[in-house]
Amino acid sequence: MASGRAFHALHPSFGSRLSRGCMYVFLTLFALSIVYPFWVTLLTSFSTVEEVTSLGFKFWISEWSFGAYQFAFSEYGNAQVAYYNSMYRTVVGTLVAVAMTLLAAYPLAKRNLPARNLLTIVLLITLFFAGGLVPNYLLIRRLGLIDTRWALILPLAVNGFYIIIARNFLMTIDPAYEDAALVDGAGYPSILARIIVPLSKPIIATLALWTAVAHWNSWFDALIYIRSERKIVLQTLLRRMIQQIQEALLGVDRFRAIEDLPTLPTEAAQAALTILTIGPIVLLYPFLQKYFIKGIFIGSLKG
Amino acid sequence: MQSLNGGGGRLTPISAREDAREYADVIARPARIQQAYESALRNEKWRRAKRMYALYLLFLAPLAILIIFRYVPIYGIGIAFVDYRYAKGILGSPWNSFDHFRQLFENPYFARLFRNTVIISVLKLVFGFPAPIILALILNEVQSSAFKRTVQTISYLPHFLSWVVLSGIIIEMLSPQRGVVGYIYTLLGMEAPVIMYSQGLFRPMLVVTAMWQGVGWGTIVYLAAIAGINPELYESATVDGANRLQMAVRITVPSLIPVIVVLFILNVGGIMEAGFDQILNLYNPLVFEVADIIDTFVYRRGILERQYDYATAVGLFKSVLNVGLLVGANMIIRRFSEYGIW
Repeated sequence: MASGRAFHALHPSFGSRLSRGCMYVFLTLFALSIVYPFWVTLLTSFSTVEEVTSLGFKFWISEWSFGAYQFAFSEYGNAQVAYYNSMYRTVVGTLVAVAMTLLAAYPLAKRNLPARNLLTIVLLITLFFAGGLVPNYLLIRRLGLIDTRWALILPLAVNGFYIIIARNFLMTIDPAYEDAALVDGAGYPSILARIIVPLSKPIIATLALWTAVAHWNSWFDALIYIRSERKIVLQTLLRRMIQQIQEALLGVDRFRAIEDLPTLPTEAAQAALTILTIGPIVLLYPFLQKYFIKGIFIGSLKG
Repeated sequence: MQSLNGGGGRLTPISAREDAREYADVIARPARIQQAYESALRNEKWRRAKRMYALYLLFLAPLAILIIFRYVPIYGIGIAFVDYRYAKGILGSPWNSFDHFRQLFENPYFARLFRNTVIISVLKLVFGFPAPIILALILNEVQSSAFKRTVQTISYLPHFLSWVVLSGIIIEMLSPQRGVVGYIYTLLGMEAPVIMYSQGLFRPMLVVTAMWQGVGWGTIVYLAAIAGINPELYESATVDGANRLQMAVRITVPSLIPVIVVLFILNVGGIMEAGFDQILNLYNPLVFEVADIIDTFVYRRGILERQYDYATAVGLFKSVLNVGLLVGANMIIRRFSEYGIW
């Protein structure tokens, strides 16, 4: 690509300059189409009711208000509970998933382990076949995990694809480290904990970030498995608020009774909850971008 | 790009035992020696397994989760073939073979589900598939690397957010009372349509928002492939007097064909996936006619209305169709080119 730039310097014709200009305009508009909705959401979350309902492009607001955030964290908003639950499933879920991934990957990385191929096949089958929505739901129900946090954590704890990636990484570790420990009489569990884990920090960080984002963004499992208000996660709380507003508006369209909606959570509250939900993702964004892009290539190289 | 087959190349077990057998055939070693050799190998393997038993113990916990949460649901597909009674389980419920499937095909609603699923997903394929290729080609022409990096970073953002978050933002943007789209209509002197409730506009909205969400992330694979193209090709093209457009069409695009083919096959294999997360968060009863897909139907029937057996059958029908499409697409492409995913 660097050389591509050099070629272009040889051809600064008018036509190419014009098309180049068009490209820059197009890319700028495209980037704005993504940035602007998030910027407006941020503004809306700090808006008063009058400002929310005005039509048109908004780049700034004159009057700032924290009302929407106060509502979100009030007993009606329940955002603090949802935040705790989202954090809980993300932190515990990621710890469990990373631990399970390493426990599975380490034996599979041993070339001379008898029945290694069998165990690998048992794992690979899960990449191609899955039960589907209803069998998964019925399993959780039969295990008595409905309305428990384990229903959100355990199904995400073992991911065949992640285990294969971790295994491939562990296979690149020089066996000399382990042999020395084995000679000293260390067992495999302590080698895994004391030698392999410290050497695997890069892959652990990658897998932990992937899992954490998956947990944070996961909403459907919480929608169908979680019933009680005190276990609700941010994603389902936000979804419910959006649906309530939509249903109310649908009612408005049908019956033209806009005055009947004083108790409705406002768009500002929805915006505030959206900002709270995407906050951690945006804060971690530089890391996420780096590790996720790396992930695409880890995934494709091993094929 | 064969990420989905999970390193299948390492699966062929060439054990020492098979080697030994082959060797024995070649030199016609007496059977007795052969047997002794094999049994020694077996013993050695057994001793090795004993010595490494701790590794099997380590594998136990993930294996248990794997069996419970991945294999038991596969067994649960059997629900589709019985008159399911939750209390009795699959084996205790009366067998009814393909009744649920017949029921599905006879359901007048089925045509609508099937049509919506295929139309939405084909529209997404037609418009959404080329989009990241074109965006990658445009990004590749950008000289300022700071500008390019900024656009790329911004373009990835929607990929990291859930459709719950995105749906809330999209609904706000498209609102005729507050949103930008409503404003643009007003500027043009037209009455703003309620896109979320419009049967004519809902599918285009799905396609556009799916593109908006995925196009940036989709460029990564193509940009990496472009970076891998031999620069000498461009050098000699420059010497021959080719301009940038000609180089893009004659060098860059042809170099991307293998990647494009693989991704295209995988996309065709996913044609029954019209976008469950997106649609469940955006649709409403006013647009069921054009937006209710197989997956959303399975969710409503299976989870909300608890028709477990019927919903499982519908889901299974969809999965089987998907596998068929994937195999079919791969076969057709194999016939006409040297590329394919297997």
